[in-house]
Amino acid sequence: MHPLRRQRLIAVIFIVIVATVAVALVTYALRQNINLFFAPSQVVAGDAPAGTRIRVGGMVVEDSIVRAPGGLQTTFRVTDGPSEVIVTYTGILPDLFGENEAAVATGQLEPDGTFTATEVLAKHDENYMPPEVTDAMNKAMEKAHEARP
Amino acid sequence: MARTRPLLPEWFHRLGSPKGFYQMTSSWMPWLAVTAAVLLLVGTVWGLGFAPQDAKQGNSFRIIYIHVPAAFLALAGYYVMAAAGAIGLVWKMKLAHMVMKAAAPLGAALTLISLVTGSLWGKPTWGTYWVWDARITSMLVLFFLYLGVIALHYAYTNGEAASKASAVLALVGTANIPIIYKSVDWWYTLHQPATIKLTQAPSMHPDMFYPLLVMIAGFYCFYALVLLLNTRSEILHRERRTRWVLDMAEGGRS
Repeated sequence: MHPLRRQRLIAVIFIVIVATVAVALVTYALRQNINLFFAPSQVVAGDAPAGTRIRVGGMVVEDSIVRAPGGLQTTFRVTDGPSEVIVTYTGILPDLFGENEAAVATGQLEPDGTFTATEVLAKHDENYMPPEVTDAMNKAMEKAHEARP
Repeated sequence: MARTRPLLPEWFHRLGSPKGFYQMTSSWMPWLAVTAAVLLLVGTVWGLGFAPQDAKQGNSFRIIYIHVPAAFLALAGYYVMAAAGAIGLVWKMKLAHMVMKAAAPLGAALTLISLVTGSLWGKPTWGTYWVWDARITSMLVLFFLYLGVIALHYAYTNGEAASKASAVLALVGTANIPIIYKSVDWWYTLHQPATIKLTQAPSMHPDMFYPLLVMIAGFYCFYALVLLLNTRSEILHRERRTRWVLDMAEGGRS
């Protein structure tokens, strides 16, 4: 390779590596700020600031959704496995919000450890399936449950 | 005595000159156009008309047939642009600079399409048009990088300086591509992780997945077609005072 071209090739590789390292360091330093929400474990561990606007995200726990009679207030729990946070929200929930589905709530952490949300978003997973297949799967699951003594 | 064989075949060197590139690609254009049109038409009809609806999202999931291919090509196209810029910088190849210039508006358009379609899908699915999560924000940065490359080209009156500056910007911006790709795995985002994975089966029913594959193939062909069209018009513009372009224009007029 011609020495001049070789020199320019090294310069090009240098630009790419330096830019990548710089961006990697910045994103690593800001990693908590880049996260859209806090996981319930972080909230329980006290890593999430109280009294300021934050987001909490996780899976909505089965049978935890309680709707206040005659109002729009809803209470539910979100979990990431080890920990749970109780969320209270007044307003209209997105269509895809439901039990065993992920949700992200924006709001404020109360002193008692519960979370008062001003906005709740549903998080969709990466699975796509026709309704017939889901029905068939649910039926198979029920059968498996019934077969068990 | 044995003659030393050239490292690369003759047609490769011909493809490297603007004139040779223009003449060689002329015969490719109709084939690419027909392939892209057929794939996009089949994929659209199959995806929108015949693929089953999603159990949770209903019909709104069908925007995936535009959103995912556009996002794929927005990312892949950035590497095309940056690689062309690098080749232009190292080998001082005029054609590579022209390909880089041609790739920028195309990539910007595809990025905008994926941002807009994602936003339209986000409202019924998530409950919001926009959220500043890592995936969506890094995709917006990609859009601005494409716009920056376009703007730098027009900021210089000297063609070579313009190409050099935008090639350097394009190379710096490559740091953003792995971030976009891995953002959903590295951080908590609202955007879901990838459905189509490199090493595993897609987490999507085959009846929904095959039309998506057809659409992705169609978008690749469409990308190649538009990239060639843009490059060819750039070649004609830059070489407008040369003999071969003038001869061609004369021939076309008679």
